[in-house]
Amino acid sequence: MEKKADRTIITVVGKDTVGIIAGVCTYLADNGINVLDISQTIVQGFFNMMMIVDMKGAAKPFGQCAKELEEVGKKIGVAIKCQKEEIFNKMHRI
Amino acid sequence: MINIWEVNETNKMIEHENLDVRTITLGISLLDCIDSDLEALNRKIYGKITEAAAKLVETGAEIERNYCIPIVNKRISVTPIALVGQAACKGPEDFVAVAKTLDRAAKDVGVNFIGGYSALVSKGMTKGDEDLIRSIPKALAETERVCSSVNVGSTKTGINMDAVKLMGEIILQTAEFTKENDSLGCAKLVVFCNAPDDNPFMAGAFHGVTEADAIINVGVSGPGVVKKALEQVRGENFEVLCETIKKTAFKITRVGQLVAQEASRRMGIPFGIIDLSLAPTPAVGDSVAEILEEIGLEYAGAPGTTAALALLNDQVKKGGIMASSYVGGLSGAFIPVSEDQGMIDAVEEGALTLEKLEAMTCVCSVGLDMIAIPGDVAPSTVSGIIADEMAIGMINQKTTAVRLIPVIGKGVGETVEFGGLLGHAPVMPVNPYGCGPFISRGGRIPAPVHSFKN
Repeated sequence: MEKKADRTIITVVGKDTVGIIAGVCTYLADNGINVLDISQTIVQGFFNMMMIVDMKGAAKPFGQCAKELEEVGKKIGVAIKCQKEEIFNKMHRI
Repeated sequence: MINIWEVNETNKMIEHENLDVRTITLGISLLDCIDSDLEALNRKIYGKITEAAAKLVETGAEIERNYCIPIVNKRISVTPIALVGQAACKGPEDFVAVAKTLDRAAKDVGVNFIGGYSALVSKGMTKGDEDLIRSIPKALAETERVCSSVNVGSTKTGINMDAVKLMGEIILQTAEFTKENDSLGCAKLVVFCNAPDDNPFMAGAFHGVTEADAIINVGVSGPGVVKKALEQVRGENFEVLCETIKKTAFKITRVGQLVAQEASRRMGIPFGIIDLSLAPTPAVGDSVAEILEEIGLEYAGAPGTTAALALLNDQVKKGGIMASSYVGGLSGAFIPVSEDQGMIDAVEEGALTLEKLEAMTCVCSVGLDMIAIPGDVAPSTVSGIIADEMAIGMINQKTTAVRLIPVIGKGVGETVEFGGLLGHAPVMPVNPYGCGPFISRGGRIPAPVHSFKN
């Protein structure tokens, strides 16, 4: 049976700079994480991005990916957060 | 599909408005541990708790990581120890040994509180019940994480005034036994009317005898989120105000429901209930009193406070009920004094008195909570305050509770520091007139007429 999608929301918030999306996507590609959707906006001068990704093919467990992405963020100077999609679905959908 | 604004809204609640899951409480039945031998009883209790709760703290941490939602406390509630220990315990000292076993088990599985050092005596006390109650001061002084509660009344049975009298003495003794720490023992002791079997919040949590062998109950929180939402509707009418509270309560409770289901799935233990309470902490922006101020009061305690609290409590329930498949526990707004910075400010300002707090407990959960009073108060006065609060619960068919802290060596105007989630509290004045002959009558107050529904 094919594995069920494991949808995760990645949020990136911080000062806008060159290479934020590239940095995050490189990590995702290297680790077998498929991007389903990206939306991005600038709120009060801050870069604000949300990605919906599928982690079913991820090379590493969720906790490790979350931690490593946080590290990637630190290098670029932005805050990166990984959360399973259910928390948003629960809160915003009946 | 979820959009960026919804994601930002959720994360803003978590990062800036103190949205958290206050507690995952694992209820464990100890009925199968009953033994006539004290040593065997202690061994079985320790074994059962450490086995059932082995994965509790780790599971909580995993859920926190997956959703980036803080789960502040992981706790355990057990079957009232008066029931479990009666066959083995020959006197109060034996019960203290059981309390120490609970404490040891709690430390070994890494939970910060274990509730259920309790007796249910709403109609009468057995010798075992009385022994447990008499052991409470020593048990709370010699343990760190054990919480105790005594149910002394219900709408169905009336109020056991012998137990009320005894609890006045026990609370003062507990204060005396822990006077080196500002009588902290009393912060872990609650007197109830209509105590629920599935309450996840301390210090009053116990695992009722009507419950399954083990169960996951979750308490949500989020006064800060409600306050922030209300800032957006300043000056609007009550319809808008109530709708806003309801929608916010729905969102908060959905997170609790998710966490409860996840914890239940991961641990293989059934999900019991979500407790919808708005539970404040001493942190700035995590206060129920601040919500009341946002509704339009200068301070909590001002005229209008009871009405504002009544609508807040009701709307939280209306929003929360739809968000969860099972709601239970205490479910309402908590109004502890020491654990809520806005309440502390109101007391220090002179806006909030013990009498107004009593009126407020008529319309919200739970009762006179975390209130410091002078340590030289008479036992009968403490009993009188308990009796008043129990009467409110009995007549209104709701849970009420009393968690008073008579601070030995301190008087009105002084402050006590409990630290952490328990906060600090100004010592409040108590009505100086006596009620000794009333409390000394003995016996019980009969059940009210509206309890006869059959």
